[in-house]
Amino acid sequence: MTHLKIDVHHVTRIEGHGNIIVNAKDGAIEEVRWEVPEAPRFFEAMMRGLHYHDVNYVSPRICGICSLAHNTASIEATEAAFGIQPSEQTLLLRKLLFHAETLQSHVLHSCFLVAPDLLNVGSVIPLAESHTEVVVRALRLKKFSNDLADVIVGRKTHPLTTVTGGFTKFPDESALKSVRPRLLEAIEDLDRMVELFKSLEMPDFVRETEYIALKRPDEYAFIGGDIASTDTGSTPPENYLEITNEYCVPHSTAKFTRHNRDSYMVGAIARYNLNHSQLLPKAAETAAQLGLTAPCHNPFMNTVVQLVECVHAAEDALAILDHFIARGVKNEKPIEKVQAGRGVGVVEAPRGLLIHDYTFDEKGYLVEANCVIPTNQNHMNIQKDFEALLPGIVNRPEGEVKLLLEMLVRAYDPCVSCSTH
Amino acid sequence: MKPKVAFFDFTSCEGCQLEVLNFEQEVLQLLNLLEIVNFRELMTERSDDYDIAIIDGAISTDADVARIKEIRERASILITIGACSSLGGVNCLKNAYPMEEVLSVVYGDAAGYYNTIPARPVSAVVPVDYALPQCPVNKAEFLEVVKALLLGKKPEIPNYPVCAECKMAENACVFDLGRTCLGPVTRAGCNALCVTWGRHCWGCRGLVDDPNVDAATDVLKEHGLTAEDIVNKFRIYTAWTGGSE
Ligand code: SF4
Ligand code: SF4
Ligand code: SF4
Repeated sequence: MTHLKIDVHHVTRIEGHGNIIVNAKDGAIEEVRWEVPEAPRFFEAMMRGLHYHDVNYVSPRICGICSLAHNTASIEATEAAFGIQPSEQTLLLRKLLFHAETLQSHVLHSCFLVAPDLLNVGSVIPLAESHTEVVVRALRLKKFSNDLADVIVGRKTHPLTTVTGGFTKFPDESALKSVRPRLLEAIEDLDRMVELFKSLEMPDFVRETEYIALKRPDEYAFIGGDIASTDTGSTPPENYLEITNEYCVPHSTAKFTRHNRDSYMVGAIARYNLNHSQLLPKAAETAAQLGLTAPCHNPFMNTVVQLVECVHAAEDALAILDHFIARGVKNEKPIEKVQAGRGVGVVEAPRGLLIHDYTFDEKGYLVEANCVIPTNQNHMNIQKDFEALLPGIVNRPEGEVKLLLEMLVRAYDPCVSCSTH
Repeated sequence: MKPKVAFFDFTSCEGCQLEVLNFEQEVLQLLNLLEIVNFRELMTERSDDYDIAIIDGAISTDADVARIKEIRERASILITIGACSSLGGVNCLKNAYPMEEVLSVVYGDAAGYYNTIPARPVSAVVPVDYALPQCPVNKAEFLEVVKALLLGKKPEIPNYPVCAECKMAENACVFDLGRTCLGPVTRAGCNALCVTWGRHCWGCRGLVDDPNVDAATDVLKEHGLTAEDIVNKFRIYTAWTGGSE
């Protein structure tokens, strides 16, 4: 009798803590489970009673990697509650920041967390010797995307200048001009990453699911828009509860979600499947070069789609930067207005749909909050992928099964501590 | 032999680990001086044999308590990085409520599945050799401390208030703008970063050793305040008041 028993206690090279449990006897699967034992932090409970400025300051601490996305969702929810319409310049600066965050998060994931698996090593450290050029370029890209955000927000991890109604400080022309040549360099570095990934093979696995992402008529959506599903079409953000339907299971401190099926997927693949026709020209070309066609139903390809999004983000960042270099950044005072009410902010964090929903009293103190994190929405889809993938590989050597399941988890780029906020 | 270094994360946003990964080029230099044997977010390999343990995140479950004790036994030097591990950080905001309440606010009817204890800094559970608060950790300071340790020197951590650095940075004092700031009682070392970027100090580096003695008394006097007055106005990083167990 052959007994396959896998117990990966804390998958490495992902953000936060997750376990993989498999039990199979003679090819018959008895148990396969994705567990989330992360210690929850209770943001929704502990932010109650904070003034809205402090809510916007504390809520990015839900996630150090996508703190700008949380900060923006938090600010947009607050603005919606208070009836504030931010200026065009504010919206454009936020978009530029999102591109910086998308770049930094996707590069970290694809080059530092995923590439080692595809090149058969345990981490990026040995790659620094065997693939020096790529690692140096990836480090440079990451540094650039951090510095691009720093110029606008002071500090990429937990931004400082972003507030409800606008910004507290603005970059001057020389700061913007100094990042431009580095953005051009970053675009070249990305080309090299794309070359590398062209030569790497992703595991072949297909499972169609429901894909959910924001959708806007005017552009590939990262901030605002409607919540769109490949199964059921678009819904305004205020009705997000009809989409997310969060529920709890004992083996996970993160909540799970379901909509039209047992599970759905958010993140790069979902955005691509819903919005691929809005990719900028170079990004669309990159997708073609990498062999991507829409719709994509292979979750392992998430990393490849992320690279396409990096190209899109860099392309759009250059256009926005040039706009600000030509027209300057005005010193606008943040719009101040406070009223009792509820507001919902929706954004596409690097890992997918992110929702902050706040209710404030008339003085601007938080009464109630609900935050739905991308990884929450993906947990059940990871489980369903496990269940579909395992039967086809269960007779392979244990090490191989374990690696494939780990690679699947990593493909989702899960942000586990974020999901147990 | 290169000293073996292990990173461990507890209840946190992982922003501090990310900051360490953000050293970029400097990371590569650091790798020549020490050997990283454990860094779950970055590498598959893991080992229980290490000299220096670097901890981020607060202690907020019974399992956390057991794990940090085990790490303390193995490590000869234990460093906490960031506000969460050094002060308890934002996690301690939940301590203002009964644990049953925070569980039911977040999990509703399913609250019974889970367990949580009031969040606390690592130093409340085991002795800490060096604490480097800031949210996220100050990477330059972290590098300095690691380099000092490798050279066998004792790292210097400031015990004067943020105001001193704020004046050097030639910022307008936010009290003069009608707002409040925790800078007068907060440990310096960040170059008054937040004030420089148009905000105020929230105290993420923790208080100076004795706020009644080491505070910026000139700034307080000018605005007719005591150290206690302003500490009471802020709770994001000062919520932990429990001392050590
Ligand atoms: S100190 Fe701040 S950045 Fe570091 S883990 Fe805690 S919340 Fe995140
Ligand atoms: S009180 Fe705050 S703003 Fe004023 S000098 Fe001190 S740190 Fe700077
Ligand atoms: S100014 Fe205050 S809140 Fe900001 S980094 Fe320094 S100590 Fe932390």
